[in-house]
Amino acid sequence: MPLLEARPTPSARMRLLAPLIAIGLTLAVGSLLFLSLGKNPVEAFGVFFIQPLSSGNGWSELMVKAGPLILIAQGLAIGFRARIYNIGAEGQLIMGALAGGGVAIAFDGVDAWWVLPLMVIAGAIGGALWGAIPALLRTRFNAQETLTTLMLAYVATFALSYMVNGPWRDPEGMNFPQSIMFGDPALFAPWFEGMRVNAAILIAAVASLAFWIFTSRSFLAYQLTVGGLAPAAARYAGFSANRTVWVSLVLSGLTAGLAGVGEVAGPVGQLNLNISPGYGFAAIIVAYLGRLNAIGIVLAGLLMALLYLGGEAAQVALQLPAAITGLFQGMLLFFLLGADVFVDYRLKPRPRPAYA
Amino acid sequence: MIEHLIPVLAGTLAAATPLIFAGLGELVAERTGVINLGVEGMMLIGAVAGFAAAAHSDGGALAGLPAGAVAGMLAALIFAILSLSMAANQAACGLALTIFGIGLSAFIGQHYVSYSLPGLPPLDIPGLSEIPVIGRILFHQDAVTYLGLVTFVGVWWVLKKTRLGLVLKAVGEAPDAAHAIGYPVIAIRYGATLFGGAMAGIAGAYLSTVYTPLWVQNMVAGRGWIAIALVVFAAWNPTRLLLGAWLFGGVTILQFHAQGLGIALPVQFLAALPYLATVVVLVLISRDKRLLQLNLPASLGKPWMP
Repeated sequence: MPLLEARPTPSARMRLLAPLIAIGLTLAVGSLLFLSLGKNPVEAFGVFFIQPLSSGNGWSELMVKAGPLILIAQGLAIGFRARIYNIGAEGQLIMGALAGGGVAIAFDGVDAWWVLPLMVIAGAIGGALWGAIPALLRTRFNAQETLTTLMLAYVATFALSYMVNGPWRDPEGMNFPQSIMFGDPALFAPWFEGMRVNAAILIAAVASLAFWIFTSRSFLAYQLTVGGLAPAAARYAGFSANRTVWVSLVLSGLTAGLAGVGEVAGPVGQLNLNISPGYGFAAIIVAYLGRLNAIGIVLAGLLMALLYLGGEAAQVALQLPAAITGLFQGMLLFFLLGADVFVDYRLKPRPRPAYA
Repeated sequence: MIEHLIPVLAGTLAAATPLIFAGLGELVAERTGVINLGVEGMMLIGAVAGFAAAAHSDGGALAGLPAGAVAGMLAALIFAILSLSMAANQAACGLALTIFGIGLSAFIGQHYVSYSLPGLPPLDIPGLSEIPVIGRILFHQDAVTYLGLVTFVGVWWVLKKTRLGLVLKAVGEAPDAAHAIGYPVIAIRYGATLFGGAMAGIAGAYLSTVYTPLWVQNMVAGRGWIAIALVVFAAWNPTRLLLGAWLFGGVTILQFHAQGLGIALPVQFLAALPYLATVVVLVLISRDKRLLQLNLPASLGKPWMP
């Protein structure tokens, strides 16, 4: 006996409530988890969500982590609206980092203002090209982008590993798989002494604004959305399905590439194997949690960044494994998908016995 | 040369085993119309559950495999409730399962980092393993690799020769018609999805307790996604899936034998080969849209409610 029935029209209220319900359920299950680990949930959530924000440096770190998440998620959301599932943003991030880092290494020792902008441009191109490959394979050969983007993400990690173990390895780096540390002209200067927040966050801010205008004002974005919701109608209206694929994948690759260069020219300061703690994957959750909406994504990105910081704080203060962040991320997405069901469906009222 | 090739071919069979299990499970689920992109996550959950069971019991790998199967099935159950009972988007639910599996396995696995297990010795088939060359390739494998082949025969037989197979395929091709003649579509899809979960769990447990019996975070390393690609490559046909798994097993094992075979390429390139090969194979198989449509289960990925 089905418990659900379709709503006559999707519930707009439920669409906005679903992320809050998902967060609430994640906190509830999280409390049980903390209890089972012998930790006081109130104290644990204090460590997770309050402690990281109780210092200036905490806020700086929040921005450092939210920047790439928001940037990548903005790009992904364009594709997700059109039902183009780029799940390999991690690879495009790495390729952006490699391209940008390559510029930094090539011009090492050159003290000029244009080094950093050139790195940013190279990073954007690197990411966009890595996104263009699955677009070509999809439009030309009909290969599913879900699988190709992800496979190319693995290829990108091996490319990174090859470069930092081979051609770009720091000759004085004790054989560690890492490049030279970049010089000041190749780095975003920190805004405050002793904190890591820097101008890279402005890229995320500008991108958010641009995507907000793009999605709410442009005809192209409308075409993309229609292509996702009603492919037949889009075809009938003459909207190009191939263009949808290209725009989605190249744009999301570009933003991921920018995020990658932001990491190597920012907090990381070199190329090594740990340039991203899974931002490309976490951004998928950010995009959905933010309702594929530019403003929602900013909020969701801040929350997800806090989750990363909370995980680090919990590791230190509560001796909890850092992997707990990943567990929370997974739960959050599950609960969100569950809550989202009630946008289009509602519980079926129990059939009343009929009296004659 | 032949002396170098024997370990390569023998290793190929073992490397193909997780792909055979996970691929067959996904194939059966897809045949009923359910595309579960959570194979990677279910394999990871199976891997960590299997590892824990093997580490905390005397059964070793023999305790690990059933534990992996149960854990994989429970993981698949979450997916099934969301995507089958609640008709949520299957692609998104599968992705969520993978992200969840990565997190959960890393969380539980934290206790087992750099802990190793005894593994499983090869099982010689009496008589057959004495055959020169062939014997050492085919009949000097671990028991799970044989079990994988038995499972292949079982799945092939059920899909091809039995009434159950016919019902499974009917549900995937025309759920409305199957429902109309009285088959419980949702229940059948649940069954196939849970079977897929159990198979993925076994595949994961094989990796963590037999193939490389020590715990490494994220040790499935994309094999779940390759298994999904193999199902497409196989055009939903078990025999082609088996061949595909062997092909990929060979590509995977190449990096460990490159030196012996005289291949002088960077190790990273060889390690990336299975993923590149997946892309190439997907392109080759998807190029012919008509052929793909012909084999694709008609209701694949579409939510269905009675």
